[in-house]
Amino acid sequence: MKKLIVGLFISVLPALTLAAGAAVPLDTMEPDHANKASLQRGAALFTNYCMGCHSMEYARYKRVSDDLGIPAELYEENLIFTGAKIGELMKNSMNKDMAADWFGAPPPDLTLSARLRGEDWIYSYLRGFYKDDSRPLGVNNVVFGNVGMPHVLADLQGLCADEPKIGANPSVDPLSGDVRNGEVCEEWETKGSMSPKEFNSAMYDLTNFMSYMGDPVKLERERLGMFALIFVAIFFIFAYLLNREYWKDIH
Amino acid sequence: MNKLVNWVDERLPIVDAWNKHIGKYYAPKNFNVWYFFGSLAMLVLVNQLVTGIWLTMSYNPTAEGAFASVEYIMRDVEWGWLLRYLHSSGASAFFVVVYLHMFRGLMYGSYKKPRELIWIFGMLIYLILMAEAFMGYLLPWGQMSYWGAQVIVNLFGAIPIIGEDLSLWIRGDYLISGITLNRFFALHVVALPIVLLGLVVLHILALHEVGSNNPDGIDIKKNKDENGIPKDGIPFHPYYTVHDLMGVGVFLFIFFIVVFFFPEGGGLFIEAPNFEPANALKTPNHIAPVWYFTPFYAMLRAVTIDLFGLDAKFWGVVVMGGAIAILFVLPWLDKSPVRSMRYKGIISRMALAIFVVSFVVLGYLGIVPATETRTTVAQILTTLYFLYFILMPFYTRMEKTKPVPERVTG
Repeated sequence: MKKLIVGLFISVLPALTLAAGAAVPLDTMEPDHANKASLQRGAALFTNYCMGCHSMEYARYKRVSDDLGIPAELYEENLIFTGAKIGELMKNSMNKDMAADWFGAPPPDLTLSARLRGEDWIYSYLRGFYKDDSRPLGVNNVVFGNVGMPHVLADLQGLCADEPKIGANPSVDPLSGDVRNGEVCEEWETKGSMSPKEFNSAMYDLTNFMSYMGDPVKLERERLGMFALIFVAIFFIFAYLLNREYWKDIH
Repeated sequence: MNKLVNWVDERLPIVDAWNKHIGKYYAPKNFNVWYFFGSLAMLVLVNQLVTGIWLTMSYNPTAEGAFASVEYIMRDVEWGWLLRYLHSSGASAFFVVVYLHMFRGLMYGSYKKPRELIWIFGMLIYLILMAEAFMGYLLPWGQMSYWGAQVIVNLFGAIPIIGEDLSLWIRGDYLISGITLNRFFALHVVALPIVLLGLVVLHILALHEVGSNNPDGIDIKKNKDENGIPKDGIPFHPYYTVHDLMGVGVFLFIFFIVVFFFPEGGGLFIEAPNFEPANALKTPNHIAPVWYFTPFYAMLRAVTIDLFGLDAKFWGVVVMGGAIAILFVLPWLDKSPVRSMRYKGIISRMALAIFVVSFVVLGYLGIVPATETRTTVAQILTTLYFLYFILMPFYTRMEKTKPVPERVTG
């Protein structure tokens, strides 16, 4: 019977490796929700470059401000452009029907995008734009072919003349151990204000922020999880001893 | 305290009930690890009911508000994330313990006379549980909720003549819509839980009438002492209550690892497309039901031949329904003179092993996209699944069984 159980587990194993099998090779990105500086930089980037079109309408400004340690006043002054109160949901004022006319599809809400697509996908996508004159906006993306989104970050990254090499040769950051500093572009059409390394780091922060937004309770959940497990372990010891005491007379 | 008990007992037989079901319910003393899963199923049921009630307080069962209200629970409701993860992981945990509980029954012949009714009530519980899980999965109103429900409800459309009208009647609309969501919500939180609880009561009443089986599959009531107490029996309380507490400890440890650290279960418990709101105009690339349905989903997809002028899809539905229906008649298929696998012959053991492997591999095949090879494998395994039952009357009669001991062997 034991063999049967082992066999059972072995045959289930393949199912557990079923991560979202993407067809496009991706660069890897390890989110770190404890790195508040990174999350703050990511929040600033998101607000300045993404939020004009993309809402985060399931989350509230106040939660971000609290979790990331940004004082509410500073947050209201610098990171809310819609005139919303800090307790409100992070919506934007773009008209969805008009947006669909402009881009082909309305820009999706991004609150949960990291959980929908995964951090690797976002990190690669953000660095995957290149010049393609056949497209209406003049740019294309290696991760999301024929994407309707313009290269919003072109003034930071620059515009790559050819397809960037995403997922080709990732290099490891020796300090943090993060795989994130792959040089993706060989030839630039226009230069950006950031060096490739700075841009990678900025995109790490932006992805990290989006990862946090998808699962804001992760750190707290895992912290409490340790206590819950310790409690159950201690409970088990007492249950075990109680059981042994009662059962010692049964043969 | 005693006075109060007496006062109530004169008006309601609580002492009697306690003794019959707990205090003087004599269970075989040789229960092994497989006997934890019944009480664990009860624990998970309570978890689902309690977390479910609290989730209902903040959930909004409309097509416009459902998705956002789930995120509201996850972000703005105090401890909402915990309630939701306990509930979503609890659904998977329910099926884990129920499958193991059923496997125990298969292994030790717990369905055989005189426990046929216990088995049938158990099967009905399983059936209701599947309906409950299916309808619950629509409620978050994500893409996989929506398209999973679409696929399953469309299956009814494969039934000749009445099919289309039947699926229209179930949906209440021409496609899955807010109307479907409303009725699934009503069924999920009111109707099905009531039926489920009733069936659990019947399951346990029937069990306590005939007594528990055990790993040896022998009747402990044959050997009683001078007081009429089975020699191999021990009172459920305190012996099995403290015993089950240990099981609860181990179960909760594993369960909490999932709830607190891997609530998506690697995409098996909460599928990634469900983080996008339902969109009737956008079909996901790959639609897979949640893992506990995948063995049957694989069987459905395995049927690719049109027969008697009827669509292959219809026969797929028949096979899928048959795979569940055939479990109901199991007590009458097993003709073996012994109950437990310990004393059955080699053919029974092999048959059970093949059955389990088929079921698990079918489960895997139901998750991954179908290819030609995979479909062929699924066809072979579906055949093996059914052969386990169809051949059972023959191999159980044919094979040589081992002698069964008089008393339990521990």
